[in-house]
Formats: sequence, structure tokens, C-alpha cells
Amino acid sequence: MVENTIHATQAIVSLDVPLPQIIWGWMITLNMWAKSVGTGVILVGAFLLYRHKKEEMPNLRWLMPLIAFIFLNIFLFFTLTDLHHPYRMVNIFLHPHWTSAITVGAWMASLFTLLITILMLIGGLDAHPELRKNASCAKWLRGHSGLYETLFPFVVFLAIPVTLYTAIIMAEASARELWQAPAEVMQMMWAALLAGSAGLIFISGSWSKEARKDLALVLAIATFFSFTMYMGEYFFSFKSAEGEATLAYVHSGGAFNAEFWFAMVLGFIIPFFLAVSTMKSDNKTLLRFAAILALIGLYMAKDVWLKIPQMLPLS
Amino acid sequence: MKLGFLVDLNLCMGCKGCEIACKVENEVPLGSWRLRVKYIDIGTFPEASRNFTPLRCNHCESAPCERICPVSALHYLENGIVNVDSSRCIGCAGCMMACPYGAIYMDPETNTADKCTYCAHRVESGMMPACVVICPVQANIFGDVEDETSNISKYIMAHQGSGVQVRKPEKNTHPKHFYVGGGTQTLDPLAQERIEGYGLFNKITHLKHIGNPHESVIDRFLEPFKSEEKLDNRSFMNFDKPADKSKGGH
Repeated sequence: MVENTIHATQAIVSLDVPLPQIIWGWMITLNMWAKSVGTGVILVGAFLLYRHKKEEMPNLRWLMPLIAFIFLNIFLFFTLTDLHHPYRMVNIFLHPHWTSAITVGAWMASLFTLLITILMLIGGLDAHPELRKNASCAKWLRGHSGLYETLFPFVVFLAIPVTLYTAIIMAEASARELWQAPAEVMQMMWAALLAGSAGLIFISGSWSKEARKDLALVLAIATFFSFTMYMGEYFFSFKSAEGEATLAYVHSGGAFNAEFWFAMVLGFIIPFFLAVSTMKSDNKTLLRFAAILALIGLYMAKDVWLKIPQMLPLS
Repeated sequence: MKLGFLVDLNLCMGCKGCEIACKVENEVPLGSWRLRVKYIDIGTFPEASRNFTPLRCNHCESAPCERICPVSALHYLENGIVNVDSSRCIGCAGCMMACPYGAIYMDPETNTADKCTYCAHRVESGMMPACVVICPVQANIFGDVEDETSNISKYIMAHQGSGVQVRKPEKNTHPKHFYVGGGTQTLDPLAQERIEGYGLFNKITHLKHIGNPHESVIDRFLEPFKSEEKLDNRSFMNFDKPADKSKGGH
């Protein structure tokens, strides 16, 4: 019988050891999410500075590096915490292996955080002239205020590889075929623009209407393309056998199905329409709501994409 | 010199001697395996067969684990072995994410990545790997694949065309671990159904943790300052010490 023939070809594992499943978990999700915010505010901030006068966004000069600093430190903290030997992180600097995207990324992210710290200190001290007025370090930084504008272009260019290098780590993690896609790089970039615009929305209350309109535009475009790319990956991509088997976890209504669709609707679809509508109405509350939803949705989307390939047995 | 392995699955009878020898030789902690033998049942009764597949590190010529390791804890030896230096490993688990064969584990005693090294310490002193010595049917064949006169080279030549295979060749990792007598159903995990729950012999399940399951994230930071005795396999064999009833167990 045909059905017996089909059954006869099935192989069943009858004795094996327990296999690890999710190795990189929520800490790595949080790590990627925080890095998207940390680099994204710089990229979107640079775009706004290119389009508008500084006077239209009076607090951008010091709050932009402050947000970046906070989220980059969250990113670095969870990078460290996820290591089974956190103190040995120093080996990346003492014994670097340059073929590893983890090494290259750690060096770039450290340099980026250092530069962001300098920008934050200069910007913060300039914005608050009474703060640490007599401290010698503060005096020196205030005296070199121009360093901010000198460093800023380098920081913007460095933000691009810092936000993208995780995609290269994913590509090097060749056991998980879902990540072996060119789309991964663009997803990281859109995630940074989405998270950056959402992050800056919270400090845009005193900005000009046009600047806020541009923020809403960036958020709308980023959510639209993020959603489109996830849909492309989900429905239309023809992947390797392992990639297809991984997506089957979501397709079949498995463990991550609900989280994935929550991410798509909450994180991308609703914020897109909210952002588009606020471009005309300039409703600050609605725009902040869109930003919160986008940040939550982005976390969930990253979480699903990180975890599902790890559900597959490799041997 | 390029050391390689070949397993003749036609000879393997699933005695798991290699698995045990490896554990003893390398003091592999409980719950971890450098080498494991997987049982796969194919077909329906009475036309059913049981197949045994020993699985270990493939010592790839283009090893993804070596490439992704940020500190070169995974590195090549001159004889082609992909070795691991646990004193340098930072425990990022990048190698576990990169190895297409799932051959790397996080040692629960040292909290560092570990895997089969083809018994590099034995090979260095002119001995064969422990799993080769123990195999009662000589299903494990080990040697220099660049030496045409070696047993492994002869075996590969003798069986070429009739099924010398490697796992996942499409990954372009160029494994130096070969199989004779294998097929898709034995070598491709996607061709196998892995039904979770109690089976004929054991519970097919997943590990809930990697590394030390008793160590929290905070413990990782406090680890260098701890002086308490470490848990290892010998702890379970200390019969003089009275068992702690409050913690359960036998």
C-alpha cells in the first residue's frame, strides 16, 4: 500500500541524548534591541540635523547622545551578562580573532560607546552651564565644545557598522539557516531607524512641527519596510530545507506564532498608521503611543527570529 | 598531515562502547557528550530496521566554530584537529550557534565550550583516540587522510562511489569525518522524526540549560571569588561522605 510505503520511509529517533534548544535567549534579544535604539537615535538624529536647524530641536544636542549612551550600556551590560565567563571578555581585546564578527563588533561598539560618552559629556555640560562649573574636567570639556561637531560625522558613520555587525554574527552562525539571508542586514538597518525614531519621539515635545513630522515619517517608513521584509521572509522566500523547517514552527501555529503576529500588528502595522496620521494632525500623544508600540513590537519580532532557528535539531 | 575519521555504519552495532570510552578518557561531565550514538528506527514492523549513528565533531577543514570564536579558543592544530582551549573561552556560545552538526556543548563544570578533539592528547603521544581502541568491530577508522597508504585513505578509496558520505556537505565546511553505509535517514536530522516524550529506551527531550544548571547569572560574576569545592564526576563517587537527604537523590 502506498500509505505503508510512505510510513516505511519515516525514520524515528528511538534513543538519543537531550539536545540543547534555545542557547541565545532573551538577553541576546534585549542586547540587539538596545543596540538598535543606541545606534538608531544617532542615525535619525543626524538625518534631522541635516534637514532642520538646530534651534528647531533645542535639546537634541545633549539628549541624543544621552539616550544612545544609556541604551549602548544596556547593550554592553547584557552582552557581558550573557557570557558564561564575563570577566574573560577582556580576551577579546587581548587575544582578538579578526575573522569573528563578535570580535570586530566588540571593538567597534566599544569605540562607538567611547565617542558617544564624549559627545554626551560635552553636550550635557554645554546645555547645563551651572553643572560642575568649577570642576577642571568640566572646564576642559566646555573649552573644547567644538570637538562635538568634529566627532559627530565619524560617530554617524560608525553607527552604521555597529548596528549591522550583528547581522554578520548571524551569518557566521551558519548552523541556523534562517539567518543566512541578505535581508538580515536590511532588517537590522530598518530596526535601527525604527528604534531611533521611536526613541527620539519621546524628547520631541518642544521641537518644531516640521521636525516632528519628519520623525513620524521615518517611523512610518521604517515600520512599513520592516513589516514588508518580515512578510517577504515569512511567506515568499524559498529557503533551504532547514530554513523552511524553521519557519514551519511559526507557520504551523507553534510556540512562537502568537508572538510573531503580535509583533507584526503591534510593532509595525498599528504604529505605521498612527505615524502616518500624526504627520498631518501633529498629535504628540498618539505619536508617543506609536513609538511605544513600535519598540515593544520590535523586541518581540527580534525575539521570535532569534529563537525559532534554535528549535531545530542539528544532528 | 590531515587527520580524519571514518565510521562504517554497516559494522556499528550500537554498543555505545565508544561513547563510554570517550566519557572516561576525557572526563566528560554528566549530562554532556563529546561523542554520542543515536538510534534511529526505520520502516514498519516486520520490515523495520534499527540504525546506529555515532556523532562527534567533524573537524571541518573550514570550521564555522573556529571562524566565529572571538578569542581563538577554537583553533586548528597542525594535524588538522580543531582543538579547544577552555582557559581562553569566554562562554559566548557563538561556536554552538555556528556548528551545523551540534557537536559543541557548554561544559557544566568549567562553563566553557567543549567538544571532541579526536583525543588530541593521545594522538600527540602516538596513541589512537579512545573510541577507536574500544570499538569491538573496528567500525571507527582513524588516520591521516593525506597519506594514501593509511587505513582510512584505503578505506575511502575502496568504498568510493558506493557511499562515502559526510554530513551536510552543502554547508561547505569540508568535514574530515566520513561515513560508509549511511543514508539520508541516518545522517540528516531533518529526515528523522524526533518525537518528544518517553520512547522505547529513554525520554527524548531537550536540555533546559547550557553550562552549569546550578549557576545563576550573578554567580557568573561572583565565580572568581568563590572558594567552595567544585562539583565534578568524582563528587558522585565519594561513598565515604554521607548523602545529603534534604537534596533528595538516591
